[in-house]
Amino acid sequence: MARVLLFGRLSDVAGWRAREVESPSVHALRDLLGAEDARLGEALAAPGVQIALDQAIVRGDAALSLRSEVAFLPPMSGG
Amino acid sequence: MIALTDQAFDPGALLSDFCRDRTETGAVASFVGLARAELGAAAVLELEAYPGFTEGEINRIAQEAVDRFSLDDFAVVHRVGKIAPGESIVFVATAATHRRAAFEACDFLMDYLKSRAPFWKKETGPAGARWIEPKPQDHADIARWET
Repeated sequence: MARVLLFGRLSDVAGWRAREVESPSVHALRDLLGAEDARLGEALAAPGVQIALDQAIVRGDAALSLRSEVAFLPPMSGG
Repeated sequence: MIALTDQAFDPGALLSDFCRDRTETGAVASFVGLARAELGAAAVLELEAYPGFTEGEINRIAQEAVDRFSLDDFAVVHRVGKIAPGESIVFVATAATHRRAAFEACDFLMDYLKSRAPFWKKETGPAGARWIEPKPQDHADIARWET
């Protein structure tokens, strides 16, 4: 099971911040979450949403292992 | 030094600590960001970070600043959690041999923190809550360093 984390507006849309989900890859995971919750699917596909796998940004798809941590990161703003 | 804290901090005390025992540093520049009330529209600001990842990403860009501006040292202290108007959100200090490098590195780090560092900021006021995203000006500010 991969650990899935949502940040910022994404956790507001989904109504959860962290979950365990079984999925073979990052893109399959995103599709699965979108199939369960269409509003979340739309929010995950919005421009500027980045994905971190085990705390490193990934572009494109990547395989998940049992202990992977996948974080969906909407546009960032600090300071 | 990079620190995230959910407690209010005293930027003056941080600056004094940062300046202490330096005999070769000729210049220290600092910046303090404060939470604005927006004339009553923003009662509370809430900042979320991704523990571990956020510090790592700040460290990556701070090391870039060290190389680019030949810094002796830097400090970044950033609040997380709920922040009331008037409280400090961020403290950045940079130390270099001469002032230009210290000023520029401080400016560079703040431009990065505004639009690229892993923080998410929610403003809650009488009209409800909204997530704040970087403005076109923030993107233009960081683009100045990418030439």
